Amino acid sequence: MSITNSKNRKATKHQVSGTGYWANAWFRLKKNKGAMLSLAVIILMVVIAILADVVSPYPYDLQNADHAFQIPSTQHLLGTDNFGRDILSRIIHGSRISLLVGFSSIIFAIILGGLLGALSGYYAGKVDNIIMRSMDILMAIPGMLLAITLAAAFEPGLNNVIIAIGVAEVPIYARVIRSSVLTIKGQEFIEAAESIGASDTRIILRHILPNCMAPIIVQATLGMAGAILSVAALSFLGLGIQPPTPEWGSMLANVRQHLLTYPHMALFPGLAIMITIFALNILGDGLRDALDPRLKN
Amino acid sequence: MNENKLLEIKNLTIQYKTDNGLVHAVNDLSLSLKKGESLGLVGETGAGKTTTALGIMNLVPDPPGIIIGGEIQFEGSDLLKLSKQNMRKVRGEKISMVFQDPMTSLNPVMTVGKQIAESVRIHETLSRKEAEQRAVDVLEMVGIPGERFNEYPHQFSGGMRQRVVIAIALACRPDLLIADEPTTALDVTIQAQVLDLIANLKKEQQSSLIMITHDLGVVAEVCEKVAIMYAGRLIEYGTLDDIYNHTRHPYSIGLFSSIPSIDGDEERLRPIPGLMPDPINLPKGCSFWPRCNRATENCKRAVPALIESDPDHWVRCIHIDKAGFFEKNAVSKKTDTSRNESITHTKDTDVEIDSSKLEESLASG
Repeated sequence: MSITNSKNRKATKHQVSGTGYWANAWFRLKKNKGAMLSLAVIILMVVIAILADVVSPYPYDLQNADHAFQIPSTQHLLGTDNFGRDILSRIIHGSRISLLVGFSSIIFAIILGGLLGALSGYYAGKVDNIIMRSMDILMAIPGMLLAITLAAAFEPGLNNVIIAIGVAEVPIYARVIRSSVLTIKGQEFIEAAESIGASDTRIILRHILPNCMAPIIVQATLGMAGAILSVAALSFLGLGIQPPTPEWGSMLANVRQHLLTYPHMALFPGLAIMITIFALNILGDGLRDALDPRLKN
Repeated sequence: MNENKLLEIKNLTIQYKTDNGLVHAVNDLSLSLKKGESLGLVGETGAGKTTTALGIMNLVPDPPGIIIGGEIQFEGSDLLKLSKQNMRKVRGEKISMVFQDPMTSLNPVMTVGKQIAESVRIHETLSRKEAEQRAVDVLEMVGIPGERFNEYPHQFSGGMRQRVVIAIALACRPDLLIADEPTTALDVTIQAQVLDLIANLKKEQQSSLIMITHDLGVVAEVCEKVAIMYAGRLIEYGTLDDIYNHTRHPYSIGLFSSIPSIDGDEERLRPIPGLMPDPINLPKGCSFWPRCNRATENCKRAVPALIESDPDHWVRCIHIDKAGFFEKNAVSKKTDTSRNESITHTKDTDVEIDSSKLEESLASG
């Protein structure tokens, strides 16, 4: 009897808990049709990106001058570009880069930002001040500008793009995680963990961080959309992924001269960017609603 | 005094620095505890009980808390002088703590089994499997089936969670268990179970116990020694019999007269008038004088010293002399000195004791 009781009582904030909590969140997310559709789109994209070599009708770099500038047809579903390369195949291969960069730069930002945020929230005082003020300085520089500067300073390449975009995101995660740590730190089970002799590292890693997952997941989903946009922008400017590797942003950049005559060359990579970001944002919003314990019903 | 002393607190003073001023949470507190003994630390909210406990664990939140001075001798070393690392070894293995609210003192995203095993793994070099086996054993020891090892705290009721908390505290067989109002957040029927459990396990593991509570019935049930705190000071200290049947300090007398008695036919309780003084601004002299019906000008002059009114029965009141100046009205009517008798008697005075418990003790006695 008391078990059902405690389940009902779960509505209070600090009882955000284990499997039940995630199961509940999943249940709420399932009711959100938009978020589920977005999730499906994202999963589909991930699958396509993984299986790019299998599903794309042509190799992404196969040039065929005879077929240049074709509009969509049964042969080339999304048409071809100025070198006669199949746009669909290039978009499919480009999704690899976009998703990879989006994902890795966010992971980079979460790890670095999470570490800084956790230290700053847990130790408070001077440490907090030093870390958070440096984060404020980093935040004062527009993210895109910072990424451009970093990307320009290093030589272009996948890893450097990931770092350039990731660094700009670090302060956001540091802030999110710091504020969650501050909330969790004051709770009694942290004191209880101290009372059994747990070390600071153990408390941060085993007790505090697993309890801050919800805001991190939401922020990461939304942040990934931003990161994909950033990599497209960097590539558009020629600072990101270099040709011939297909990337949505650089595909857009290539068609600048042909934009008025062959708009389909810009339309489809642009649509790909838009759909991905839209899906990630809707999913992020859905996750935020689903993971917010105050919205439980 | 004695070699088998486990814990000796000498002149412990703890303060909190706040924007409004210095909070005198614990003032010049001295206590001692023998091996296997249980001490009840009684007092109103804000009397400094929890701060004392946190002081022993060296877990007073800093900032704002500062341990101003004193010593806490435990197994031959001063806990306040131990390095952070050595102190960590003491916590959980030698001294562990049961917190007040089982709803918040368990990590919501960790299975209970892991939380118990964690404590074991921190202090003993065991493989994960061995630690988990130990956790299952401990779970069963506190009366929870071992299969529930992999469940999360929200799947347990309040009483069960408190059992889990106790299991965590006892997993490493500590020498001293500090229970900080372990039954306050539980409903009355569960309270008795949890108290029994603590008392039994304490006996089994031969550990000492400091039971922090504001419930005199709880103390009567599990403790041998009682210390009553008021405004951060110890005001009366003695055996259960001393405190319950030969109450000396006006504050303690007031505490007992605010409990309804089953055999008395009083129409109204006599609560102590007024409120606990502001710990930022303690009154001069005896901190109880503003509420005390025997206060005189002398009370306001200086903090009274602890006086030994009977052997090992200490009272902090200037009106007390060796013979015990005060006659207590309600509870000390009974002059029976036999310990057992007096304990059952005091049990009866406690309204919060559940009836099943009472019947049980009547049936067995």
